[in-house]
Amino acid sequence: MTPALEAAAKLVVDPIVCDGHGMCAEVLPELIELDDWGYPILVAPLVPAYLEPLAKRAAAACPVLALRLIPR
Amino acid sequence: MIQPRLLAGPPAAAGAETLSDHVARLGSLPGVERDLVRTITASGLLGRGGAAFPVGRKLHAVAARSLGDARLLVNGAEGEPLSAKDRALMASRPHLILDGALLAANAIGAREIVLYVGSAHREGQLALARAVSERRRLPLRVRLVSAPHAYVAGEESAAVHFINQGDARPTVTPPRPFERGIDDMPTLVQNVESLAYLALIARFGEDWYRQAGRGQTPGTALVTVSGAPNGGVREVEMGTRIGEIAQMSGLGPHDSDAVLLGGYFGRWTTRDLGWALPLDPVLLQSAGAPFGTGVLSFLGMGQCGVAATAAILDYMAAQSAAQCGPCVFGLRSIADTTRAVASEVATSSDLGRLERWAGQIDGRGACRHPDGAVGLLLSAMTAFAADFETHSRRSGCLANVARPSLEVAA
Repeated sequence: MTPALEAAAKLVVDPIVCDGHGMCAEVLPELIELDDWGYPILVAPLVPAYLEPLAKRAAAACPVLALRLIPR
Repeated sequence: MIQPRLLAGPPAAAGAETLSDHVARLGSLPGVERDLVRTITASGLLGRGGAAFPVGRKLHAVAARSLGDARLLVNGAEGEPLSAKDRALMASRPHLILDGALLAANAIGAREIVLYVGSAHREGQLALARAVSERRRLPLRVRLVSAPHAYVAGEESAAVHFINQGDARPTVTPPRPFERGIDDMPTLVQNVESLAYLALIARFGEDWYRQAGRGQTPGTALVTVSGAPNGGVREVEMGTRIGEIAQMSGLGPHDSDAVLLGGYFGRWTTRDLGWALPLDPVLLQSAGAPFGTGVLSFLGMGQCGVAATAAILDYMAAQSAAQCGPCVFGLRSIADTTRAVASEVATSSDLGRLERWAGQIDGRGACRHPDGAVGLLLSAMTAFAADFETHSRRSGCLANVARPSLEVAA
């Protein structure tokens, strides 16, 4: 595995806090899709290193801070 | 057929057994046994509240943490709409349950017993309250708490949450109740049937307990049968085949094509696959079917499996704790679409949508409520594949009856 593809962090959604604003999927469509009601589905919870900057932006974009990026 | 054990004695219709009748039949409370935890562990008794967790291990976990200040929560919430066995046992054998509670409380070093009984189970509440007052001296505090009438109220973290703070919604675990429960003390949460059995094993021993049981799991179990002429609560030997229970409940070989196992959180299975299954928590699990609280709800030949499933999904959607989006919106959509299929106003693309939603919702709630509903739906789409298909082509209901009755036979 090349270093760029190695998982650098993990995405976690708090389902009670999440209100389905959908900002995360706009910033990080590579890893987050929205279901039919606008709530995020993590296509892959592990974030490869090259996507880490985007994942950070996605977590910061959440208005209710329901998306967290946990370093590994 | 094995003799009844939990339901031995006067018929349930005779009402609550009095203390003197109970003592005349079974003798007084067995003395303090040093090794009760070991005896129960050796018996192999599995919890009867739905999770089939070994009772001995739970006793040990609390006893190991207790400094004489543990709590015992006697769980008689029975929120599963298709189950009636706990309320039947509470209403007819309150002293057996109390014996089990007192023995368990002693074994774990408990300071208080909370009898947590569903608000809808009036007879059970009255019988237990009367039984407590019949006991002259109790070595510790016993109080009765009325559990809210909701599906999740009996889940153990929800039960503890309600007793501590008046909110019967599940909490995030850990800590689990055996670590920190009522008043933040180590708490044993045990179903009423499990405790009644504990009282019998304390009297007769683990070898006696293990004399019953044809499969992996020893003992007998209370089950609730509906959709059959002689339904209701009965005691069967563990490992009894589903088909035998159908027969003893008065169903002929062609009277039912499918059964819902485990209740609203359960799975549909067809006669071809299901009737040969042994009613045994361990063996059922390996067949992908739940034992749950011992619910068998047979679908009559004139009844539509799609409509029955739609009715349950409606209930599950309404019972969402409304905390997580995928559960709130997903279950509502699934229930409405299944209802549309049942009413023949859906299309074949709706079937694809149901399958896609099922895959998306699973595992995305804080608790397992949405997962249960999705599992039920998928089992229905397999068991009633032909019915789903003809309904969505609007070519008529195979069963020809729109609304089945899923009421529990009292």
